Amino acid sequence: MAASGKSLVRILSRAVQRQTPCMTCGPQRFYHLGKPSLAEAKVDSDKMRVTMIPGDGIGPELMFSVKEVFTAADVPVKFEEFWVSEVQDRCTAEHMNEVVDSVNRNKVAIKGILATPSWFDMGELQSVNMQIRKKLDLFANVVRVKSLPGVKTRHGDLDFVVIREQTEGEYSALEHESVPGVVESLKIITRTKSERIAKFAFDYATKHGRNKVTAVHKANIMKLADGMFLDSCRGIAKLYPKIQFESMIVDNTCMQLASNPSQFDVMVMPNLYGNIIDNLAAGLVGGAGVVPGESYSPDCVVFESFRFKRTHNVFYNLLIYGLQGARHPFAQAVGRNIANPTAMLLCAANMLAHLNLTTHANLVKGSLMKVLRDKKIRTTDLKGYATTTEFTNAVISNLGRS
Amino acid sequence: MSRVLLKTSVNGLRFFTGSKCVSSVRAASTLSTSNDIKSTNSSRKFALYGGRHTVTMIPGDGIGPEVMQGVKQVFLCAGVPVDFEEVNVTSENFTSGVCEDAITSIMRNEVAIKGNVETNPDILDHDQKSANITLRTRLELFANVIKVKSVKGVKTRHDDIDIRIIRENTEGEYSNLEHESIPGVVESLKIITAEKSLRIARFAFNYAKRNGRKKVTAVHKANIMKMGDGLFLQCCRETAKDFPEIEFNDVIVDNATMQMVSNPWQFDVMVMPNLYGNIIGNICCGLVGGPGIVAGANIGSKYRVFETATRNTGKSIAGLNIANPSAIIFSSALMLKYIGLHKYASLINQALVDTLETDRIHTPDLGGNYHTSDVIDSVCRRVETQAMKVRYDQTPHKQPGW
Repeated sequence: MAASGKSLVRILSRAVQRQTPCMTCGPQRFYHLGKPSLAEAKVDSDKMRVTMIPGDGIGPELMFSVKEVFTAADVPVKFEEFWVSEVQDRCTAEHMNEVVDSVNRNKVAIKGILATPSWFDMGELQSVNMQIRKKLDLFANVVRVKSLPGVKTRHGDLDFVVIREQTEGEYSALEHESVPGVVESLKIITRTKSERIAKFAFDYATKHGRNKVTAVHKANIMKLADGMFLDSCRGIAKLYPKIQFESMIVDNTCMQLASNPSQFDVMVMPNLYGNIIDNLAAGLVGGAGVVPGESYSPDCVVFESFRFKRTHNVFYNLLIYGLQGARHPFAQAVGRNIANPTAMLLCAANMLAHLNLTTHANLVKGSLMKVLRDKKIRTTDLKGYATTTEFTNAVISNLGRS
Repeated sequence: MSRVLLKTSVNGLRFFTGSKCVSSVRAASTLSTSNDIKSTNSSRKFALYGGRHTVTMIPGDGIGPEVMQGVKQVFLCAGVPVDFEEVNVTSENFTSGVCEDAITSIMRNEVAIKGNVETNPDILDHDQKSANITLRTRLELFANVIKVKSVKGVKTRHDDIDIRIIRENTEGEYSNLEHESIPGVVESLKIITAEKSLRIARFAFNYAKRNGRKKVTAVHKANIMKMGDGLFLQCCRETAKDFPEIEFNDVIVDNATMQMVSNPWQFDVMVMPNLYGNIIGNICCGLVGGPGIVAGANIGSKYRVFETATRNTGKSIAGLNIANPSAIIFSSALMLKYIGLHKYASLINQALVDTLETDRIHTPDLGGNYHTSDVIDSVCRRVETQAMKVRYDQTPHKQPGW
């Protein structure tokens, strides 16, 4: 008891030390405690720079976990943090430009979760997520759906990739009320962007040794729009004789995913379908906490854990708690140290691989897989009792042991 | 066959019957502008996602695989954001569809780096083309550019040579049109067309302009082949009128070879038909230290394949770890420059020049005792120290792309 009291004091004093504000990156918050970051002490010039957007809700906690693991694994990466949020008034146009500049400079970013309110009061139809995507031209979203060891699901070993176009389609933010009671919402499909995403999907398949690309569409109803998307995919497929190409209507795809998901390899689709299929697919392998994602533009890449969309919770919490209470997604998880950092750590490992830091990537990933495989430390979403800190510490102590 | 001859003679006759030929060449020149190389890269669709390029790599035969390994190692050490898609075309398997794979791969990525594939005349049928020529004709790689530049540390009889050889790559003597009319009489057709001659001439002048060169020299044998080479020369003269700031002269090929070994400094950019290009190119390589240190590129209106200048496989020294990897590393730097990674290009170029000049790490072909791996290791050491600086170097590059 005495020992634990002493250590508590030590931890608290460390926490106080770390409260010194960072001049460049705005106010910092720390949700839970761990060993102090030594990152600043080292020479920064030998480090890769990565933009970090912790975001709302459990985002900062997950990012903290990533930082802890990186420090322990001695990863030569330095983060430039930007606190952007749509639900807490921390996002101005100026701030947004800073973030975009930073990502353009560093070419690589890691992003937490940005909550998007579903009400409309700011005169801006585009959410912050969409603004970042538009400004950086992050046209391709990749979600790697892969069964993890130790995570029990109804389907056996799954391993497929969902690629989503995310700059046009239904997310055009072009909506208007022509006459009261009649709203028109425009879905835009262009050949250039359809061909771009199709080529991306096939290039991804080639690079990662995949055998099949499935285009998901609804060309039987939207004959022109989705028809053109499908047509573009078919055209590009001719350049890739070694990769099998097939198309599937989106409703059927959903059914097939639920009944026989192992038939899929790489899937490519327009924006909204992608959103739905992403969620469905993530559910197949253990939920949002374990699925990593990444968004590509020609020049940049943003690694993000699979995007959480719990807008109803935001609204609900706002009603219940008012402005004082927690009002971001996963309100029930924020600050309680129970979020699962697996997805974010996988993102981080993928990011290291992208940065050519293969050894470090394998180190982090290996350790993470070992912790999951051992099944001793599991967070609540995987029916365990471990906290985020405990999970992170388990990953740290298993570094190099896998 | 008669149609081909007729076509050439229509233009040719006009030249040499004294009537004004300007109009016919002019007409052809307006046609060929559409094929012209654009000086910007913006219209290109490289396989570029998240700042990483994909480039096709064809290691080829002989020393190809070992020097390509060196390129990969250097790229890894420099942190170059390039991934290679390897296609193993060799002299044994190129008839079996692998060559087709290579072509589709280059069509997808638009850029390739290639060792030479040996052509074994014994296994070829008469009407079959070698893998190298198939690539060149299918991808319409009409220009072969050789960058001949002295490296100070390499001891040669001539110093400070800096010449660019531009060779027409798709017609001329390499037409593959040969037949035995009656036993003992073989006709081999050399094809020169105004369209392709204008294209290569325009390319040469544009190249000179972009790279700040002063003079273009056309090499020909129009005193003997009055119509064929005459047409080529006429096309060069016509094109020269559009570039008043660049000096133009012409040299007969036999004289050119003599001048080349006695006074090579008089030449700047040289443009010539296919076979002469082959011969002059080899002389130039000999002047600056042999096939091991000269880089070349095959350029089409859409695709580019980078390789060593002299296109030999070096089968006799394969696997002995004594091949000179300099040529292919210089070539890889040219490739980086082309895809827009100028900083990495000059980093690798400089590291190799320093290795040869300052460290004097020379393989046996340059009179040294070092191994292939020694050269590669030295380049790696040199790039490693600069890699981080280059990655975050924000200064815009000064040199134009080529």
